[in-house]
Amino acid sequence: MSVTKRIQASGAEPLVPQQIGSSGDSLREAFGRALVAVAAEDPRIVVLDADIAGGTGMHHFRRAFPDRFYQFGIAEQNMMAVAGGMAATGLVPVVTTFAVFCYRAIEQARLSIAYDRRNVKIVASHPGLDTGPDGASAQALEDLAGFRAIPGMTVVSPADPVEAALAAKAIFDVDGPVYLRTGRSPARRVFGEGHSFAIGRGQILRDGRDVTLVACGVEVARALDAAALLAKKGIAARVVNMPTLKPIDAELLARCARETGCIVTCEDHNIHGGLGGAVAEALATSVPVPVEFVGVRDCFGESGEPEELAEKYGLTGPHIADAAERALARKAA
Amino acid sequence: MTHTPPDPAQLAAHAAQVRRYALTAIYGAGSGHPGGALSAADLLTCLYRSELRLDPTNPAWPDRDRFVLSKGHSCPALYGALADAGLLDRALVPTLRKLGSPLQGHPYASQLPWIEASTGSLGQGFSQAIGMALGLRHAGSPARVYVMLGDGELQEGEIWEGAMCAAHWRLASLCAIVDYNKLQSDDAPANIMGLEPLAGKWEAFGWNAIPIDGHDIPAILAAFAAARACTDRPSVIIADTVKGQGVSFMAGAPHWHGSVRMKDEELVAALIELGADEDEISWALAPAGREASHVGH
Repeated sequence: MSVTKRIQASGAEPLVPQQIGSSGDSLREAFGRALVAVAAEDPRIVVLDADIAGGTGMHHFRRAFPDRFYQFGIAEQNMMAVAGGMAATGLVPVVTTFAVFCYRAIEQARLSIAYDRRNVKIVASHPGLDTGPDGASAQALEDLAGFRAIPGMTVVSPADPVEAALAAKAIFDVDGPVYLRTGRSPARRVFGEGHSFAIGRGQILRDGRDVTLVACGVEVARALDAAALLAKKGIAARVVNMPTLKPIDAELLARCARETGCIVTCEDHNIHGGLGGAVAEALATSVPVPVEFVGVRDCFGESGEPEELAEKYGLTGPHIADAAERALARKAA
Repeated sequence: MTHTPPDPAQLAAHAAQVRRYALTAIYGAGSGHPGGALSAADLLTCLYRSELRLDPTNPAWPDRDRFVLSKGHSCPALYGALADAGLLDRALVPTLRKLGSPLQGHPYASQLPWIEASTGSLGQGFSQAIGMALGLRHAGSPARVYVMLGDGELQEGEIWEGAMCAAHWRLASLCAIVDYNKLQSDDAPANIMGLEPLAGKWEAFGWNAIPIDGHDIPAILAAFAAARACTDRPSVIIADTVKGQGVSFMAGAPHWHGSVRMKDEELVAALIELGADEDEISWALAPAGREASHVGH
């Protein structure tokens, strides 16, 4: 069932992705507000911040639970390992900073959190080119690859504010470390309020039999754009939202590979090691079919508006549609 | 652990046992760092035999004091202190670094009770200890947290992030111990990346710095008491120590500072100096079950 149909069936607002800015909501805002409601039910949750709560959406939590908000200053490595120690006493720390600074402390996440499977949630704002004008230094394009390679680390990248809010609850169902990407910029709404989200599960948002577009994060809305463009050419693209990169929904991927015969992965991340890597690894051992990768092609970003950068670096709907045609050509060959 | 006033002479005897276990473990492993294990032995003995509030029957007691060995490479001495205190089966001592052993080459909390934090990447144990102190305070627990740092470890930036953090949060329940043995992997810290003035640095960061002779057992006990009495900021005991302390041919000798493979006669000579009897020497050379074990190379 298409997204539009599904949302209409649920009685929620029609689900054509809105234009950027129209919702006025970013994933970080949505996550930050939702976390307050989740934390009201779970006193174990504390938030750790590195002088950037206003940027990560954690100012909501700070206001609601000042006694559960811990400030560490601009010192992410200490903060990350402190989270492991706090978790060892039974708290459930949510460590928050920009994605690049989570990556800065990745070795602390590895040893002080993941090695003993500490129940810590690492919540990273400002991932990818979506970070925009701050430029390359702030645009994490490697974080999904790095955190995905840590044993036992669950890796989540929600598609829109609705999904980010649902993820703010779902990550606490995992008894162990989670890395979650939010997002800086006002995001296009993909889902209505009836959306459901479960860790480890992908979803078909739009059906099609010619090619499957597998996307995460801000690229989900762009994959839907691509499917609409392809439809005009008579190509029926299936769009899959894959918010959990690890553990990836290998069963759904295999099914899509069998049913459509080729795949395009779409992510605001380096094409190496992120969603594309996860999908290719899963399919290589199940249903190997042609895979094309849409993402940043092993280079750094630069300053600019998110939509300008997406265009320049090849992440928009037309670029995804081109990749789909390449995949189709390989399938036919 | 003990509730009677500790007897320094008895503690010294236990410290010798801790050293013998540490060397037996390193000998059995065929690799490991004797120097830093021996320099830390008196401090660890005082911790596990006197200072830490533990319930030996319940390693999960929420209000237990925590000890974190941030200088994880000295874990043979930690395993030795646990074995000496009856918290670890001594039969495990010779399995250090062997395949399948819970005595990993650096401490691994998930596999061994009483190991509170996995360490081995310098700087991280300190931060984890700070996290434990924050978490325990958050829960209203009276437990204290102790963390041992190497001197070379103080070159890690994370240490000074943590030092600022613990002082900022006024973590008086936190007591750091610097095993200041003045030798790191390649050379003296003074030649690698100087640390002095060390007590002044900690004081400037807002800590209660307590410099002592780290092999003087009454001084160690007094330092722990002074740290406990300081209620408005974290304390750091800067323990002046000697790498290889306790074994004449290891003390201050560069060969024993890094990871070494110990010869039979070297182990025996060291154990004799440390007061081992015939039975312990035979056990150390060929502990029961070693031959039958599938661990090792």
